[in-house]
This record gives sequence, structure tokens and C-alpha cells, in this order.
Amino acid sequence: MGNHVLVIEDEPNIVEAIRFILMRDGWDVSTLSDGDRAEDTIRSRRPDVVILDVMLPGRSGLEILAALRADAATRSLPVLMLTAKGQGRDRAEAERIGASQFMSKPFSNTEILASVRALAGV
Amino acid sequence: MVPFNILVAVCLVYVGLLFLVAFLVERRANARSLPWLRSPLIYTLSLSIFCTAWTFYGAVGYAVRSGWEFMTIYLGPTLVFVGWWWVLRKLVRIGKTQRVTSIADLISSRYGKSNMLGVIVTVISVVAATPYIALQLQSVTLSFAVFASAAADGGPVPDKAATALWVAVGLALFTVLFGTRNLDSNERHLGVVTAIAVEAVVKLVALVAVGVFVVWGLAGGPADMMAKINASALSSWDLQPGRWAGLIFLSAAAVLCLPRMFQVMVVENVDERHLATASWAFPLYLFLMCLFVLPIAVAGLDLLPPGTNPDLFVLTLPLAQGQDGLAMLAFLGGFSSATSMVIVASIALATMVSNHIVMPLWLSLRPARAVSGDVRRIVLLSRRLAIGGIVALGYAYFHLSGGSAALAAIGLISFVGAAQILPAMLGGIFWRGATRVGAVCGLLTGACVWLYSLYLPSFGPDGVISARLIAEGPWGIGWLRPQALFGVGGMDPLIHAMFWSLVLNATAFFTGSILTFPGPVERVQGAAFVNVFDGEVSAGGWVRGAATAEDLLILSQRILGGDGALAFFEAEARMQGKAGPLPDPTPGFVGALERRLSGSVGAATAHAMIAQTVGGAAVSVEDLMAVANETAQIMEYSARLEAQSEELTRTARQLQLANEKLTRLSAQKDSFLSQISHELRTPMTSIRAFSEILREGDMPPAMVRRHATIIHDEAIRLTRLLDDLLNLSVLENAGMQLTLGLVSLQDMIDRALVAAAQTRPERSFAVYRDPASEALYVTTDADRLTQVFINLISNARKYCAAPEPELRIAVRQRGGRVMVDVVDNGRGIPEDSQALIFEKFARLTDETRAGGAGLGLAICREVMTALGGSISYLPGQGGTAFRVTFPLRLQAAA
Repeated sequence: MGNHVLVIEDEPNIVEAIRFILMRDGWDVSTLSDGDRAEDTIRSRRPDVVILDVMLPGRSGLEILAALRADAATRSLPVLMLTAKGQGRDRAEAERIGASQFMSKPFSNTEILASVRALAGV
Repeated sequence: MVPFNILVAVCLVYVGLLFLVAFLVERRANARSLPWLRSPLIYTLSLSIFCTAWTFYGAVGYAVRSGWEFMTIYLGPTLVFVGWWWVLRKLVRIGKTQRVTSIADLISSRYGKSNMLGVIVTVISVVAATPYIALQLQSVTLSFAVFASAAADGGPVPDKAATALWVAVGLALFTVLFGTRNLDSNERHLGVVTAIAVEAVVKLVALVAVGVFVVWGLAGGPADMMAKINASALSSWDLQPGRWAGLIFLSAAAVLCLPRMFQVMVVENVDERHLATASWAFPLYLFLMCLFVLPIAVAGLDLLPPGTNPDLFVLTLPLAQGQDGLAMLAFLGGFSSATSMVIVASIALATMVSNHIVMPLWLSLRPARAVSGDVRRIVLLSRRLAIGGIVALGYAYFHLSGGSAALAAIGLISFVGAAQILPAMLGGIFWRGATRVGAVCGLLTGACVWLYSLYLPSFGPDGVISARLIAEGPWGIGWLRPQALFGVGGMDPLIHAMFWSLVLNATAFFTGSILTFPGPVERVQGAAFVNVFDGEVSAGGWVRGAATAEDLLILSQRILGGDGALAFFEAEARMQGKAGPLPDPTPGFVGALERRLSGSVGAATAHAMIAQTVGGAAVSVEDLMAVANETAQIMEYSARLEAQSEELTRTARQLQLANEKLTRLSAQKDSFLSQISHELRTPMTSIRAFSEILREGDMPPAMVRRHATIIHDEAIRLTRLLDDLLNLSVLENAGMQLTLGLVSLQDMIDRALVAAAQTRPERSFAVYRDPASEALYVTTDADRLTQVFINLISNARKYCAAPEPELRIAVRQRGGRVMVDVVDNGRGIPEDSQALIFEKFARLTDETRAGGAGLGLAICREVMTALGGSISYLPGQGGTAFRVTFPLRLQAAA
């Protein structure tokens, strides 16, 4: 089992928090601040879990998820969706497109860590 | 002796009483609470206006002069009511169905609604009535004079002319008050008619009382009276058969043709059945009125000094016998006779004058106002003026003729004038061939002959026409002598004039009618008048014509629709006991079909359509006019419907717009809440994550400080967001409290630059300004406007990505407005985003976050609106450029 997590999130402080939490637990964390290069990044180095924000500059998180699910290589890649809008509509949309898990901001540290572990099958 | 003053007082009280009767009846009549007012008794009594002062006083004088001949005046009407009641019934029926308002209206309506005929009849009637009204004034004046001379020692002797004038004025006033109080569509005056009925009772009681006093008081009972009559010279007068026949005919014609008789008999008639009672009750009334004429005449000749005016025996006899009370009653009887005649005659004549002369003139002179204005007022005014004018004419005639002629003679002159209408009237209701031209010819001929041979000579020799003309004819033409036309001399002037005027009148009428052809409206009216009694029999009934049930079905389908028509026909066929859908086209069925169709297309249209299909009746002019009316109504109705439907469409569109707006607002609200949620949750996520990390402890101090700084910054970000939100909410909802003051624009820009320098203080901007253009003092809210400048400059500092950032601030003043442009040298805002930037949370995502929540420009816009100005993006300036515009002098809101 690998331990590589890709975080796609545009809020620098949130990225820093997630990175701190995961790295302390022994995960290898790489980050992207927008979704433009998401597929390239994943293809060049496949992560075990992707943490994906819904509201991103440029392509939205839901568009990226749809693209990942359309590609056979990434169809089963575990994706944890994060959103700050907190509306049921986003959650339903994300689950329809194929998010592995959906989490509202703000989250608790243990919660996100547990989710990443579960998704990675650790 | 009765003092003259008391006599006047009694007259006034009597008139007041009549007034009260008329007033109360009018009021009750409106409430329809007095059924006896509509009884045949009132009708019969109102007919007694035939008995004027001439009959009341003059009959005795007539008897003294001509013996039994006075009877002819009563015999004519008696014969008409007993033997010719069917003529009266026809007149009354026509009057009701055609809503006739006067005799002039009857003639005009019969001959194709010709107003010329209305005018002719009106003029003849007015001319004929004038001496008659003068006669009434004279009789009242004479009776006053009798009392005055009898009481000469006790009071002032009134001037005759003055008395007549006051009587005339009083009568005109009473008539105006009650004859023209309101405008009734059928021209009925219930109050006046009832007052006339009261007067009829008074005059009958008065005359009978005088008669009873004469027979039983002065003579020794009926037997003694008969003996005295036989002994007197009166009974020995020869009967002149020609004159008798002529006078009976004349009074019979008068009862039909006098405008006032037509008024009470036809116009004021409320129920045709009253005529049946009147046909015996009115002759009875006349009989009672003439019963004591001869006894009074004989007694007067016996007891009064020779030379006493026999026309006033009714009054002078009781006075001479010291019977003051009886004399007073007799006076009131005569007064009643005179007043009732003048009142009804002037009402009838005024209606004619107003309807046929004044209104047509007014309508043609004022076409614009006639359409829209209130014609009622004009009609009432013209009636009132006409009443005044007619009474004034009567007074003028009285004045001119000197009040000397014998009463009966004047009355007969009027009768002959009114009788000129007879040929046109009888011809009109019995002969369909009578035409307008015939009626005009007859009326004009008769009227001219009457004027020439009787009316004008009545003013006396050298009155209007000279004695020489009367003796030798105009220009010495013998056969044109007024009283011996065509060389027929030696006749009584009255009979002569009556004979020639009516013979020539009737001849002209028949000749004119035969030679001319009636117009369409005239034919319609002629048929309606002549066949007035056939109307109800034939109106609904269709004769079995050539139409087949199939034709009718085809017609009905067009109107009722296929199923509706078939259902109706089948039902009718079943009722006739026939199998199948087609009933026999019986008159009953066709009538039912017409009623059914008229429910859809209107009665006239239905009638015309059926008439066409059945072919039994021609479509008349009136049918066509009614069709046109209905069509106009339908068109108006459909236009109204169309307008309503347009209105509905408009309302629906407005509702739809409002709904769209609400939907948009609701979507905006959802989106706003979602944005708020995002903006709040994002800093909270960082705060929560790092505070949880810090809580675990066991961390190097540098790390702790770093995490705490992030928490601190995010908390500030949250605070600022909340501030902005509150600001915006206050701006949008509550309006803004402005603190206006005179401030230097330069100062404000200085302050804004200093404050904005805190944003990304690490960057140094080159700022270009023009101090000269900034040297302006502005009346505005300095803090608010400065806030806008701060926001704009901060935005430039945040987002301008140029390596050597520049900021240009340019000020211009134009009129009363100031423009401040804030321009940087960055990349500018993409065109498709320019429209969005002033919306809430419209922050154009930028890698270099500066912690704004995207509300800054929205706040700027609200502030500028409150300051009476605006903010806009200036494209094409090389960088991001905003223009702020505001008034130089902001007026405080009221």
C-alpha cells in the first residue's frame, strides 16, 4: 500500500493544515492550487488518495472529478471531496459523479485523517 | 257684499289648495301608493276641461242670445263619446304604442316623423288657442269686476288690465311649477290631472248649486220653471238645421282636435279601459252642466235689470239676490273653469312648441353639445319659456281685442281653427293612402282659409283687415270676400268659414295624398297607425310559407351550431308527434324557433332572418334599422370583450414579469447565502484545523507561533468579512445616514492613499496626480467618499500585477459634477467580467489573495448611489480603470 496523497485546494492556509496533519501521520503529500494540471500530475505520479476542493479557480472540483471518472485509469481512484458551501445539492452532485467521500469544511483533523486512511485501505 | 280683498284671498287659498293636491299626488304617485288616482273617475273628471269659463258663464249668455243652440256645444262631444268611442280608443291605443306626446307629435309621427308637419300643427294650435286663453282671462277679469263693482263702496276698484295681467302671471307660474317639474318620458302629469279633477267637481257643484237655487229658491220648483221657460222668448227661437248640424260637427271635431283635449284624453290616459267609463260618465257630466243653463237664463232675464251682461248671469243672479256665499261658489266655479283650461292648454302647447320648434332649432344650432350635454335641462327650460310665452300671447290678444267680444263667439273661432287638424288626423288613422304631402296641403289650405275668413275678421272691422276689404274683397275681387268666398254670400260667417276651410282642407288633403307616394318610414308608420289593433294578433304569428323545415334547419345551424339546432328540431318534432328530426313548419314552430334564435342574435335579426327564409313577410325598414342597432350593440360588446382580453393579457404578462423577477431574486438570495457560507467556512476551516493542532501541544515554539499567526490572520479575515456584510446590509436596506460637509477633494484623496498603503505595504506604487485639478471643495459625506477611494486604491494595490506598478488619479469637473478616475497599469479586467465586478462576491479569482471577500466594489456602488453619484468601469485605459462621478454640491435629502 502506498502513502501518497494529492491535495488540490486553492486556500493556502487550508493546504498547509492538511499537509501538516497528513505528513505527521507519515503520508507523502503533494499539492496543487488549481485543477488545470490535475490529470497530468496524477498521470505522472499516481496518488493513493486525492483530496479535491469543489470551488477552485478555473476548472471546478466537480469538473475534475468527472474527467477522472471518465478515464479508465483513474475510474477507481479514491477521491475525497471538500466543500465550504455546505449545501446538500453539492453533495448529491458529487456523489452522482462518483466521489468516494464528501466532507464539509470545517472538518476535524482526526476525521480527515481517518477518511484518508480508510480510502487508502490502510 | 263680499269685499274685494276677501275675494282675492279666497282665490289665493283655492289656488294654494290645488297646489297642495297636485304636490301630494305627485309625491304619492312616485311611491305608487294611491290606486284610486288611476281610477276612471279621475280620467272622466279631467276630461271636463272641455267645459271652460266659456261653458260655465257663456252658455247662459249663448242661451239668452240664441236659445237652444247652446246645446250643440254639449251635443258634439256627447255624440263622439257615445257613438265614436272606437275612434277615441284607436287614438288612445296609437298614443300608447307610439308614445305620442301631443297632437302635433301624432300627426308628425304618422306622416313619416315629419317635423314640418309638427311645426304646422303646433303653429295652428297656438294661433287657435290664443283667443281661447284670452277668453279665460277675460272671464276671470269680468267676474272680478262684477264683485268689485258690487262692493265699490267698500274697497278699491281694480283695473281690468291689471287684474288680467296678475291672473295670467299666476296661471303661468302654477303651470310652470306643476307642468314642468320633471321630464317624464310619457309626458304624464298625474298631479296636475288630479288638481283638474278637483276643479271639475268644484265647477259642477257651483253650477248645479246656482241652478238649484234658481229652480227651487226663485221659482216654485221644476214645474213652475218649465212654465216660465215656455213663456219666455227663448223657447221661440227658430231651429236653423244647417247651423245646428254645423255647430254639432264643430264641437265634435273640437273635442278630438283641441290640443288640451288630446292631452287629457290620450296623453294623460293611464289605462285604455277608462275610456269605457268615460263614454257614459262624461256625457252625464256634460248633461248636468247644461241642465240648469236655461233656467238661469230665464231667471236672469226676468229678475235682473235690462242690459245686464247675460254672460255673467251665473254670478250676478245670486249677487242680486243677496246670496253672497252662493255667488262666491259660482265665482270659484268660473275661476276653476278658466284656470284648468289655461293650465292644460299651456302644458300641451308648450310640449308641442318645445318638441317641434325649440328643440329641433337648438339641436341644429348646437350639434356638438347636443350629443354630449344634458338635453333635459334645455327641454325643461324651453317648456317653461313656452308656457310663459303662450299665456303672454293670450294676454296680448285679450289686450288687443279689448275684451269686448262675446265669449261664445271667441270660443267658436278657436274651434274652427283646431278642427283643421281633423282631416289629417282621421285620414292618418283610418286611411293608409294618406301621405305627408296631402297632410301638409290640407293643413295649410285649411289654416289659411280659416285665418282669412274668420280669425282676422274677428278683430273687428278695421282691426287687422279693413272693412272695405271685407265688404268688397281684396283688390275689389268679389269672390275673394273673406265672408263670402266664391260668391257664396248670405251664410252665417262662422258656418261659412267652417264650411270652406274644412271642404278645401279635406280636398287638398285627399288630392295631395292620391297624387303622391308615401316614403318608406311613412308607410311603416301608416301601417302601424291604421292597423294598430291588428298588431298583437299578427306580430308573433307566421303564416305557413314556402319554407321547408330543412331550410330552417340550415339557417338555425348557422346560429345554434349543428348539434344545438338538431336537438331543438328533434324536440319540436317529438312535440308534434312526428318521428325523425324535422318538424312541420307550423306557425307555432316557426315562432318558437324565432324566439330561440333571438336569444343568440337579437330579436330583430332573428325576425329578419326568419322572414327571409319563410318568405311570408317583407323585411321592413324598421326591421332593418333594428338589425343595424343590434349589430352595433354586438360590435360594441365584442370590442369591450377584446379590450378586456387585452387587459387580461397585459396583466398576465405583468404577473409573469413579476414572477420572473421573484425567481431571479430568490436565485440571487440562494447564491448569496451559498457565497456567504463559503466565505465564512473557509477561514474557519483553517482556524479549526490549526487550533486542533495547537491543542495537542508538544511542538517547537516557532511552529506554535506560525500556526497561531495563521489563526490570527484568518480571524481578522472573518471579522472584516462580517464588517463588510453588515456595511452592505445597512447600505442596501436602511439607507445611509449622510453627514454632509464642505471638504477638500485633495485631502480626501491624500487620506485614501495613506489608508490604502496598508494593503500589501511591501509594494511601492508610483502615484501620478494633478494637484491643480484636485483643488476643489465638495459638499458631500467625506468619510463615505474617502472609503470609496480607499477601496479603489486598495484594489489596485492588491491586483495590479505590473512589475513597476503605477497609479494615476485624474480629476475633472463638468457642470455641477465631479469625475475622479483611478487607473493602474495592470492587465485590466476582461471584457466579459466587467459587467460582474460590482455584484456581491464577484471577486475575480486571483492567485494573489488579499483577503477580500468580494464585497468592496458592491459597497462602493451603494455608497456612490447614496451620494447622488455613480461608479463605473472604464474600459480601454491600458489598465484597470474606475470612474467615480458625484455632484459638486450634494443637497441634503428632504
